[in-house]
Amino acid sequence: MARQLNVNGTTHDVDLPDNVPLLWVLRDEIGLTGTKFGCGVAACGACTVQIDGEAVRSCQVALADVWGEVTTIEGLGTPDNMATIQQAWVDHQVAQCGYCQSGQIMNAAALLAEIPAPTDQEIDDAMQGNLCRCGTYPRIRAAIKDAAQRIADKV
Amino acid sequence: MGRVKTIARRTFLIGSAAIVGGVAFGAYQINKDAPNPLVPGPGEATLNPFVLINQDGVTLIAPRAEMGQGVQTTLAALAAEELDVAWDDITVLHGPPALAYYNSVFLGMALPGAHYQDTPFKHSLREQVGKVGKLLDMQATGGSTSMKDFYDRMRHAGASAREALKLAAAARLGVDVATLTTKDSAVIAADGTTLAYWDLAEAVRDITPPDVALRDKATWKYLGKPMPRVDMVAKVTGTADFATDKKLDGMKFATVRMSPTRNGMVSYDDSFAQEMDGVEAILDLGDGIAVVATNTWLAIQAAEAVDIEWAPATYPANTQALRAAIAASLEDVPNSVIRDDGDVDVAVEGTEITAEYYVPWLAHTTMEPMSATALFTGDALEIWSGNQSPTAIRDACADAVGLTPEQVTLHTTFMGGGFGRRGESDFSLQAARIAAAMPGTPIRMTWSREEDIRNDFFRPAAIARFRGIVQDGKAALLDGKVAAPSVFHNVSMRQTGAVPPGPDRLHVEGAADQPYAIPNLRIAGHLTDISVPLGFWRSVGASINGFMFDTFIDEMAHAAGTDPLQFRLDLARAEHAPSAGVIEAVGEMSGWTGQTPEGIGRGIAFSFSFGTPVAEVVEVQDTGNGIKINKCWIAADLGTVLDPAIVEAQMTSGAIYGFSAAMQGEITFRDGMAEQGNFYDYDAMRMHTAPEFDVRLLENNPFMGGAGEPSTPPSMPALGNALFDLTGTRARELPLNKTFDLIL
Repeated sequence: MARQLNVNGTTHDVDLPDNVPLLWVLRDEIGLTGTKFGCGVAACGACTVQIDGEAVRSCQVALADVWGEVTTIEGLGTPDNMATIQQAWVDHQVAQCGYCQSGQIMNAAALLAEIPAPTDQEIDDAMQGNLCRCGTYPRIRAAIKDAAQRIADKV
Repeated sequence: MGRVKTIARRTFLIGSAAIVGGVAFGAYQINKDAPNPLVPGPGEATLNPFVLINQDGVTLIAPRAEMGQGVQTTLAALAAEELDVAWDDITVLHGPPALAYYNSVFLGMALPGAHYQDTPFKHSLREQVGKVGKLLDMQATGGSTSMKDFYDRMRHAGASAREALKLAAAARLGVDVATLTTKDSAVIAADGTTLAYWDLAEAVRDITPPDVALRDKATWKYLGKPMPRVDMVAKVTGTADFATDKKLDGMKFATVRMSPTRNGMVSYDDSFAQEMDGVEAILDLGDGIAVVATNTWLAIQAAEAVDIEWAPATYPANTQALRAAIAASLEDVPNSVIRDDGDVDVAVEGTEITAEYYVPWLAHTTMEPMSATALFTGDALEIWSGNQSPTAIRDACADAVGLTPEQVTLHTTFMGGGFGRRGESDFSLQAARIAAAMPGTPIRMTWSREEDIRNDFFRPAAIARFRGIVQDGKAALLDGKVAAPSVFHNVSMRQTGAVPPGPDRLHVEGAADQPYAIPNLRIAGHLTDISVPLGFWRSVGASINGFMFDTFIDEMAHAAGTDPLQFRLDLARAEHAPSAGVIEAVGEMSGWTGQTPEGIGRGIAFSFSFGTPVAEVVEVQDTGNGIKINKCWIAADLGTVLDPAIVEAQMTSGAIYGFSAAMQGEITFRDGMAEQGNFYDYDAMRMHTAPEFDVRLLENNPFMGGAGEPSTPPSMPALGNALFDLTGTRARELPLNKTFDLIL
């Protein structure tokens, strides 16, 4: 059945079976390909988006179960107007292949919204579901701490 | 495959006597300029295959696979250094498959002799032989070759383009070219008149770019400094296009299920799957099936619902039987004994130790599963594929759909990790074949993770047996045998239908080519004849031998009663000063004393691979709730470091890739199939298990070394040696979580 989905502030009419995961609605139907497929079983975090600000694995949320407004990496900021956390990622030159980074950033943004100045332990706890095969973890950690500081400085 | 096969067969004459004749025969073809594949539009100029100038700015072609290693940024910096183009004015593209972008290093690597022993003459010989790659139209990314390959080529491209622009400006201004300078994408006259490069695009078209000398290293502005990566903003804003991110009108979504026994199907029943939501077509690919649907997930669901009977594997069906076959080949006649110093068969006084090691099968698990997008329109095929060998894949795709290579447009996209996996053509060919079955319909094909693991081209398992004798605190003898199925032969057979003659050097790299002065040293390579599909896995043979050889060196050090760092230093110092240098450096960085407090262990390891000596110290800690890695120190000598931030990232990346495998990586087989299928049973290092890193880059190596792979081989033994220091238990088998309670 046709459903309405609010993604990055825009309403989309989607006509796909109820059980199609949000990930594949975003990628194949709406054309928001910044969100990536890595495993399909919530084991890698590449597909992380936010629903009402909460980080979720979009490969595990059926279309019929999307409970709020969806924010993807494209909605967080754009190349000309990056979010603070994206700028921190650029300044720390975090990405290598870059495939997991949309999910890393969406997860880290949700972490900072909940815990403005996370400890190393809190970063470990929040980020361990996001796999990076290039091993960018040291720079991700540095970028999260830097972004936290910048956000604090702005407030 | 006709053309690819003929060409690639010739490749493997290298290493035999034909090599000298080949060079002489091909001298004209080698030195002749390759045609420029860039076709300039109105108002554009392509000064050479690497530089395109138009009204929008300067586009540089970086024709190597960007799989995360930062290759496009440093290739651009090499050209920009000479071209005097402002960094923000540069657009970087991979460009089309083309002869002009051939790999000029690969073939030279196949010459006999350990790389650390290279003299300037031998180095130059490798360079000359490498140029034969041009005859083979071999554009490929791998072997940590990109910087060696393009260090001169890209700088010459930038320099000759700069001089051509100056000639165009001199003609326009009516001044002597010698009075002109260049800066920030513009030619500047003595009177201060400034002409932007793009305003000269039309005028420079008719000028033949002159050859000029390259600038001195001391004047570098971009090289040797950390440059902002050209792909960074796109990758943190979700706007970087990978192979399945292309949006085309009327696009359909596909997936495949290929034979996990790697031997095709007996039969299949798709009657249930045909009726499932969104299914548009189910195709018989011979060795598997493809499903085309209105959505990727619907395609994956339907593919799983197809009932398939697979043909039995042609190799031993389970891990134990495979291991037995590898062990049996240790008794066969060796394929190679390329290191045979002194005489290991004479009686040598001292303490003798022996050990046997085993390393398991491994998968690559790039973050992005194999994927490609393709559109077939009858007389043309356009394909988007993240791949490491564009000329060969273009030709193979053409052959698969009945077109000529000229009718195929291959876009090499960003890759969500490569690690060697994307040199294979399988996924590109599948997308091409699915598209050919549905002319006019763009096909976006994505593998499931399970498909990606079960249909990988694996890093083989291997067994080594070593016998060593230590005397007066030093190594007196090391006699080693390494057995495994041959990656090189397996890949060669698949891609060319032939097995190259002569010793398989990749099989023993990381053991036979180490810069250690052991008076009696022999390394024999034994090849196991089993047909499990194999592939190049980050650092290839050194990923196997790096662990087994260095762990045995550590065991010898302990048997000798010598500090393990000092033991390696003594061996390297007499043989290769840059190698000794990194061992000393990592000792200094880590404050190595050979002593650790209770609950802390430290290990050192060293490996020379891809032209780069790397020493690593790993510190582990028993937390009471499992063992974790605290810190890793890395010292590497690449000779010339073109971008320290990118090389540092590659050093940590390579070590983390190695730690992931060493701690828990293992593919097992049952009924001829890989048993693992996803990250819950084939996991890797994560944020909470990743250590802190400290990397030092040295520049004492007389020749440029690679960056992408050399930190992987020593990471695994450094961890094992640290765990031995902590626990007193020596693990001679990977993964280490079989022996130790590691925090995963």
